Amino acid sequence: MAKNQSASLDRKKFFADPIMVTTIVVLIAFLTLFILYPLAILLVDSFVTDQGIGLSVFRRIMKMSNFRRAISNTLKVGFLVGIASALIGLLFAYVEVYVKLKTRFMEGLFKVFYMLPIVSPPFVLSLSMIILFGKAGIITRFLLHIYDNNVYGFWGIAIVQTLTFFPVCYMMMRGLLKNIDPSLEEAARDMGATRWKVFMTVTLPLILPGLGNAFLVTFIESIADFANPMIIGGSYDTLATTIYLQITGAYDKEGASAMAVVLLGITLLMFIVQKYYLEAKSTATLSGKASRQRMLIEDRSVTVPLTILCSLLALFVVMMYICVPFGAMFKTWGYDFHLTTKWFQQVFTKYKGFKAFKDSFVLSLIASPITALLSMIISYLVVKRKFKAKGFIEAVSMLAMAVPGTVLGIGYIRGFSAGVFRTGFLQGLYGTGAILVIVFIVRSLPTGTRSGISALRQIDKSIEESAYDMGADSLTVFMTVTLPLIKDSFLSGLVTAFVRSITAISAIILLVTPQYLLITVQINEFAEKGAYGIACAFASILIIITYSAVLLMNLVIKYFGTSRNYREE
Amino acid sequence: MAKEKKGVRLEHISKIYQDPKTKKNFYAVKDTSLDIEPGSFVTLLGPSGCGKTTTLRMIAGFESPDEGEIYLGGEPINALTPNKRDTAMVFQSYALLPHYNIFDNVAYGLKLRKMDKETIKTKVTNILKLVGLEGMEARMTNQLSGGQQQRVALARALVLEPGVLLFDEPLSNLDAKLRVSMRTEIRRIQQEAGITAVYVTHDQSEAMAISDKIIIMEKGIVAQMGSPQEIYYHPKSEFVADFIGEANFLKGPLKSKNGSDGVVDISGTKVDVKEISHFGIGDTCTLVLRPESAVLADAGQLPCRVILSCFMGSYQNYHVMVGDNLVKITDFNPKNKKIYDVGDKAYVKFDPANVHVL
Repeated sequence: MAKNQSASLDRKKFFADPIMVTTIVVLIAFLTLFILYPLAILLVDSFVTDQGIGLSVFRRIMKMSNFRRAISNTLKVGFLVGIASALIGLLFAYVEVYVKLKTRFMEGLFKVFYMLPIVSPPFVLSLSMIILFGKAGIITRFLLHIYDNNVYGFWGIAIVQTLTFFPVCYMMMRGLLKNIDPSLEEAARDMGATRWKVFMTVTLPLILPGLGNAFLVTFIESIADFANPMIIGGSYDTLATTIYLQITGAYDKEGASAMAVVLLGITLLMFIVQKYYLEAKSTATLSGKASRQRMLIEDRSVTVPLTILCSLLALFVVMMYICVPFGAMFKTWGYDFHLTTKWFQQVFTKYKGFKAFKDSFVLSLIASPITALLSMIISYLVVKRKFKAKGFIEAVSMLAMAVPGTVLGIGYIRGFSAGVFRTGFLQGLYGTGAILVIVFIVRSLPTGTRSGISALRQIDKSIEESAYDMGADSLTVFMTVTLPLIKDSFLSGLVTAFVRSITAISAIILLVTPQYLLITVQINEFAEKGAYGIACAFASILIIITYSAVLLMNLVIKYFGTSRNYREE
Repeated sequence: MAKEKKGVRLEHISKIYQDPKTKKNFYAVKDTSLDIEPGSFVTLLGPSGCGKTTTLRMIAGFESPDEGEIYLGGEPINALTPNKRDTAMVFQSYALLPHYNIFDNVAYGLKLRKMDKETIKTKVTNILKLVGLEGMEARMTNQLSGGQQQRVALARALVLEPGVLLFDEPLSNLDAKLRVSMRTEIRRIQQEAGITAVYVTHDQSEAMAISDKIIIMEKGIVAQMGSPQEIYYHPKSEFVADFIGEANFLKGPLKSKNGSDGVVDISGTKVDVKEISHFGIGDTCTLVLRPESAVLADAGQLPCRVILSCFMGSYQNYHVMVGDNLVKITDFNPKNKKIYDVGDKAYVKFDPANVHVL
């Protein structure tokens, strides 16, 4: 019993569609060249030396005490941040889904959390941490009169990363908790369990895989994070910063490559566990939809302490964000707290602010539509079509999610500075705006693809089949049916890609040439120099740009997104 | 209305699937040959997993057969993609394009055929009139009831004047009453348009009401094909008899034979039967007795004991034991008849001509 005939017929039908074949070939080429190849070249770099293939480079870097320290530093931070973020995320999600919130104010605070992870550029929280709690911090020096508080180091990174990443956990946990059928818990209550007992024996076991999932996602984010450790790490180096210094400071390309391989190995391992074990498990236990509305907890002994706890945490986060624009308006940081606009003026007069914003803006603007379209095409192919290379396309575009920016940056340096495989082919790309755009695309592709895939999975397969059946070819089906149906996802993918690109730093900082001034790189530079006023001014304007982009997207979706009209039924 | 009625021919078609758990290949459809006459209405009927939808999707081109060749109007179409085939399908979920209004949904295929605007408009208007949706052109699909959506799906397929119209359980999402009226409508429209139709369903009454010819499938194999009457009165197997309508099966050896008539021993009682010329003395015969072909009486062929008696309005529903066999009887119009109670002794009475022997 062999499936030869259907296989050959399917192949014939497949090749009868030249547009799709071309698309797939181009996609595979793109993914191979810009994701797989740079990573492969890192492996080559770190294993192949003049003496042949071996572990000599790894032996060399393992002898460096600062590298060994960086590994343990990174893991320590990642572990703590993962746990803290998952728990705080759970707390907020639980309060939102289970507890009756009395005030408008609290509901407003929760809405802010949706936006934070989207609009916030990296290292904004690091800046405000230094402004508030540093040696000359408003709170430490002027309220508490502590003159030697050291925010730099382990605790600085851990706190800042937790505050940066917990909203993601909050959103993951919220989704899970909403899917728990309330009657499960009611049944347990009915059989005589206390609320605490219900939480421990019903709710928690149900969401445990999800909690583990949230932990790992944050863990990966934390160890891949470059910007925060760079600014607030001080002498406490993590893997990402060590790799950066190894290549920019010590010009040790092989060493940096090997370190990047180590970092990639760790994130990949975590990613595989997360993706193929926990993710499947966390949704498998909660596949059912809640049958009814949940009775919210009104018991004051529960609501009051939880509300207070959440409010304090939330206010703290909001305060951290608010103090960035203020940081940009104080005359002399630490001495003179009169308000001034001189930093904002200097951004544009002295520090080529216009060029920085223009370069960042234009490059991101080029990258985002390409990213959005590409991710929708990938999602369409993955969800709706059957062909041989599908697994490859899906795996590689998801793989990009596990690649830390620093690793990708090193890969691009090694892979393209002398052309592909050092042959000079595509060497012209290196140092141009095009390679920055490509990095932007690769960095945002996984998020876009993921949202596209989940949007497409909700669309009945037969809708596209019907169009196909009426005589449309693949391109027509995609343009007239698929894309309009996932318009919302496409639009939000567009904006997410834009925001991610304009706030990107880790890979970019390694690849940018003096020809281009990018905002994030500027912020990083000024923050390192201690010019916090200028850094905050840049950051404030950046937040305004990203926030407006998100607002604009919501408006566009509200008025032009047709999806809501037909998704309700 | 159709440009040209086309017949569909399947020659030794097989489709192999892989079981996702055991990784073993199995036949979803096995060595199936069909010849569907141009302009006829043919139904593929069977329980879920029998291969009927797979067969339909192979005709549409969504699946490729592993063995055999499919012909549409005499042309082999195995290698054609669905958009190049002269077929149009009505989907179970209707699959209307939710971002288009009714007009654009129906016009979608016509636009792809690059027709001019005027022609499209006339065609769409005519077809919407045919399905009873005139004046609804501007509505969005979610403003329609299930039955109306069904009509749009039908109109959208009909307007393309395809060589063959394919239906994939189109009525299964409608409520019972609507289902009955829609099936009559589909039959009427098919006759008016004079179009070849292949219809998939698991509902036997739907199949009977609508078809020229029914093809019953079981585990990927055609169990029987024929007109509704042939299949109902002369089922070739217990599976067919049981699937189409309800049936009681009474087994026993053939005791004597006289030409085409004979006598079968059922639980110790001699029963006269007809049309048994292909059996020999001593062979086991299976009597297929439809519940509506028998009544309970004080005298009849088979002595029995009543174990369930239930008033259903238009009929009295009995379950009785004949020896060890459970026999179901629906006695219609019970108003002025003797009603037997649970525990009563009675006889099952029927006309031997109404018994089919397997």
